[in-house]
Amino acid sequence: MPSPLPARLRRALTRRRVVAATAVTALLAGAVVWAVWPDQQNFRTESRVLTVLSGPAGAEPVALDTTFYLPDGASAGRKVPAVLLAHGFGGSKESVRADAEDLAGLGYAVLAYTARGFGRSGGQIHLDDPDHEVRDAQRLLDWLAARPEVRTDAAGDPRVGVVGGSYGGALALLLAAQDQRVDAIVPMITWHDLAGALLPESSGRSPVDGVFKKGWAGIFFGNGGSAGSGPAGLAGATGNEEGAPVSAGPPSPAPGAGPGTGPDGGPAFAADPSCGRFAPDVCAAYLRIATTGRADPEAVARLGRSSPAGVLGRIKAPTLLVQGTADTLFPLAEADANARGIAANGTPVRVAWYTGGHDGGKGPRTDSDRLKFLTAQWLDHYVRGEGDVPERSFTWSRTTGFDALDRGLVATGYRVADYPGTGGTARRSVEVTGPVQSIANPPNGNPAAISSVPFAGALSSFLSGVAGDLPGQHARFESAPLPEAVDVVGSPTVRIRAASPTGAAVLFVKLYDVNPEGAATLPDGLVAPVRLTGLPADVATAQPVTVTLPAIVRRIEAGHRLRIVVATSDQGYATPAEPTVYTVAPGGGPVTLPTVDGEPIATSAAVWRWVLVGLLAAIMVGLVVVVAVVRRRHRRHDTSVHPQYAGIPLAVRNLRKEYADGFVAVSNVDFEVYPGQVVGLLGPNGAGKTTTLRVLMGLTQPTAGEIYVFGHRLVPGSPVLSRIGALVEGPGFLPHLSGLENLKAYWRATGRPEADAHFEQALEIAGLGASVHRRTRNYSHGMRQRLAIAQAMLGLPELLVLDEPTDGLDPPQIAEMRRVLQRYATDGRAVLVSSHLLAEVEQTCTHAVVVNKGRIVASGPVEEIVGESPSVLFDVSDPQAARAVLDRLTGVRVLPDGDGGLVVDTNGTARSEVVAELVRAGVGVDRVVPRRRLEDAFLALVGENSRGSGDR
Amino acid sequence: MSGSLQSAERPGGASAAGAASGYRPSATLPFLAEFRRQASRRRTQLALGFMVLLPLIILISFQFDTGDDDDNGGGEFASLIDLATSGGLNFTLFSIFVSASFLLVVVVALFCGDTVASEASWGSLRYLLAVPVPRARLLAVKLLVALTYSALALLLLAGTALLAGTLRYGWSPLRSTVAAQIPAGEGLLRLLAVLGYLAVVLLVVAGLAFLLSVTTDAALGAVGGAVLLWILSSILDQITALGALRAFLPTHYANAWLGLLSTPVQTDGVVRGCISAICYATLFWGLAFWRFTRKDVTS
Repeated sequence: MPSPLPARLRRALTRRRVVAATAVTALLAGAVVWAVWPDQQNFRTESRVLTVLSGPAGAEPVALDTTFYLPDGASAGRKVPAVLLAHGFGGSKESVRADAEDLAGLGYAVLAYTARGFGRSGGQIHLDDPDHEVRDAQRLLDWLAARPEVRTDAAGDPRVGVVGGSYGGALALLLAAQDQRVDAIVPMITWHDLAGALLPESSGRSPVDGVFKKGWAGIFFGNGGSAGSGPAGLAGATGNEEGAPVSAGPPSPAPGAGPGTGPDGGPAFAADPSCGRFAPDVCAAYLRIATTGRADPEAVARLGRSSPAGVLGRIKAPTLLVQGTADTLFPLAEADANARGIAANGTPVRVAWYTGGHDGGKGPRTDSDRLKFLTAQWLDHYVRGEGDVPERSFTWSRTTGFDALDRGLVATGYRVADYPGTGGTARRSVEVTGPVQSIANPPNGNPAAISSVPFAGALSSFLSGVAGDLPGQHARFESAPLPEAVDVVGSPTVRIRAASPTGAAVLFVKLYDVNPEGAATLPDGLVAPVRLTGLPADVATAQPVTVTLPAIVRRIEAGHRLRIVVATSDQGYATPAEPTVYTVAPGGGPVTLPTVDGEPIATSAAVWRWVLVGLLAAIMVGLVVVVAVVRRRHRRHDTSVHPQYAGIPLAVRNLRKEYADGFVAVSNVDFEVYPGQVVGLLGPNGAGKTTTLRVLMGLTQPTAGEIYVFGHRLVPGSPVLSRIGALVEGPGFLPHLSGLENLKAYWRATGRPEADAHFEQALEIAGLGASVHRRTRNYSHGMRQRLAIAQAMLGLPELLVLDEPTDGLDPPQIAEMRRVLQRYATDGRAVLVSSHLLAEVEQTCTHAVVVNKGRIVASGPVEEIVGESPSVLFDVSDPQAARAVLDRLTGVRVLPDGDGGLVVDTNGTARSEVVAELVRAGVGVDRVVPRRRLEDAFLALVGENSRGSGDR
Repeated sequence: MSGSLQSAERPGGASAAGAASGYRPSATLPFLAEFRRQASRRRTQLALGFMVLLPLIILISFQFDTGDDDDNGGGEFASLIDLATSGGLNFTLFSIFVSASFLLVVVVALFCGDTVASEASWGSLRYLLAVPVPRARLLAVKLLVALTYSALALLLLAGTALLAGTLRYGWSPLRSTVAAQIPAGEGLLRLLAVLGYLAVVLLVVAGLAFLLSVTTDAALGAVGGAVLLWILSSILDQITALGALRAFLPTHYANAWLGLLSTPVQTDGVVRGCISAICYATLFWGLAFWRFTRKDVTS
């Protein structure tokens, strides 16, 4: 076969389809590529190990693993500002890579490095010690200043911001205090006083009396000890490197860098298995605290070196403080203290809270977007020197539910012009009451209540199941249901009284939100540990103690109660080992709830709402325009009557129908149907009859030519179609309805008055009797056919078009049909019948149109067509002799066609004479059959091979 | 056939456009006529009947509760199952929850996908077009009726569940673990909002099924095709590797109605889901009209 494509496929592949399919495919492919195309990197990186001289004397070399991100286009001629990016505890320069890339994308030269004691960097962990980690960072500033691409304020003074989360955040604060070359800092989720954060005490006592936060401290210490790289992630924005035992499995130690191993490339220190990579003084302080659960003044002093608390007054770099609400390690109060301390110098400070933190991670998308925006704005103004002065407004967010789509948390952002601190701008007082209760301190703190699981704070804020107080170990004081909702933003306070036989007690005070069903929620798993001393044995004589609860952001709904729980144990804290029974009572005075009246920050949701409104409006407008255009086109539609065909029920002019695949079903059909006529459209299967009728019914668009009905041009949907009753391609009924219901349903669809339908007459014609009430699905073929004819006659249309109407009818019914049709074609009405049966047309029609292969072969009155033809069929004994005889007769012609016999055109010569001549010549004549024109025409068609022309 | 045409009237009274007397294009295939056509069908009656039956079946099933608490498969919204018996509103919510992802999709696809294709397969479509019912009008009426039945199915499901649930479990606030409980009155409004959003999301199925309905003569093909594509989209939506592309899937926001249960109401996903659904539905319906008003009806 020369053709490579099957014919079907070729036919399907018309040019239009190929073009359309190609366009759609290209669009889809483009969309996919656009969506998955990796973002263009517009910076380059340089990784190197920098060895800097550090230590108290500035003479100890330490190797720092760094990556320098340089934006494209930065050069000695086009200097760019720089950002020093510090990572969280247990992380490395890799864990801040995403943030580094973001900042480099914003046009900053970013120096990310692994702090000493972590990853591939050398040295030991001194916990952001001014002589070690902070000095390291100063040397890195020197390095930045020496880079030709980095902008400088003076020789050796780079234009630089310092960004970091947690461990890196504290470094930013300490560095800004120690080195005035720093132009701006963005410390996130970090501490104010490390001793206070690890040994909190909520009644105002010093860390020496603090309650050891052993859960977090253990993770902290274990992480540094293992020299693990920690989970990759969010450090710059959120710093979650303090190990992730819950979410990310155990930290993965670098090969050969387990506990006790020295750092790669320089095991300069003898490894102590109990200290890992911690410096000996830090390690010793930790071991003392962890062993006793109490801090001694030396340990507090050591931690104080690592805390910004004492050096805040020296910070001149504008500071953006970011702190998380879901953070049991460094709660909001840490940032609050930093903010107050720095602002006291007159240094610009801005504070933002978000719903993540050491427990909650980076928070929802809206939060991380806000923080990125704030950071970029801060750096752009104070480091790059572009953009307006950022406002000092305080922004925060509140978890408002679970995202229905990705099951993450949803937070709503709020803002208020000035930072109010953890005391809020207003206070709400709620009374809590309860009896005096005795609670037991479990020996060695076991079993202990669970208030939070590190890294699961976001969940614990919603799932009351995590927070569990043990019976007998806690006291409860409850309020009445709140009459209205309260938006708590800040630290609530409560007063309690306690008594202890030993005179001392460690208690954990918590504020629960209790819903009407009784389910209690501890916001973010935060607790306030207190160590009380000098307590009497009898609670009646005990002095009230004011406890400052951790700052929270929470809406307490109307109808909810407040519950103050005073517990003796908590899994996250070290508690006295001796079993004791304390007595606690409400301290008198209400619980105060600080509130801030903020305005919600508009999110992209508002934009989408407008998009929706716009979309609906556009669709409305589009719909109106489309309807108007269609109406207009209809109105302009030719309603004129073609004068030539005004009185003619049907005139078909040069009709041509070519299907999309190139098949020509009707090539040129041209005929009329006059009033009073029953016209037969006769042709073999596939002659184009049905296609002609389809066009006539407005089911198919003709390729060329026109059809006029009573002079009106007929197109699909022309109103003049209402004057045509049709049966095309067999009956079509709703199978579940009876015959009568079908007719009624059909007539209802025309929208015309029921009286015009003439149901009785139609039913009479159908002659279905009682069967008219049966469902049509049970009808025989003939019954359906008769019902279809009846449907075509509903409303007595002026032109009746019937396609093979006698199909399935028995002979008496066919005879009856003939009478019905002839009677119908009176009073100006006309009938068009299509058939492939010669006899049928002969019996029923007054006129006939013969079509074959899409063309008219013959047409005229049936009598004329059926009338005797001049040709005669002779059956003779000797055809050869007969042919010779006939050739001699003048005018008589033997036609080429004729199977077995001779077809002779007598051309006026009498048949008797021809027979006489043949007999005279000795030719025996068996039969003489006069032929008729219609038959001639028809047989001529049928004689040709009509197979393969397909159904037309 | 012994008919006679004695009272045959003289034809006449044709309008300027050549129409028969009493024929107006805008009066053809009245909404009620099409509504009755569809109402008489067994599949319509069965589908609507099942919408009434389903909540009752669920209600009876809950009576077999033996009290063995097993975890219902995690997820914060799984608690909807645990809370189903806490009141009429929660029962209704549960009924919607279990039927939204598949049953309602099938029902809407059935009403919208079968409407034109079944007429084509019976052969009655060409007689409607020869009435003539203008093609755009035919589609508009058929679409409106199909949407009406879809809405009716949704309302029947919710209405029966609300009625049966309230009779059995009482009239109490709407509860969920994702938010504070919502007072019964406001809960009812939330429920209506959920139904409204579901209706909007299901417009995508309606559009897809309708488009398939005008392109094929096989009713089963249109209904099945729409459901199949919906399932395909749901599966693709589970593949997070597709990233941002998933937001363009018609099913991506199908569950955003759960956000309507939280306090304050999360409208972000709902709004985006509405935008997505309306865009898709408009596209599909536009294509359906464009195709049907131009195509050769050969069935």
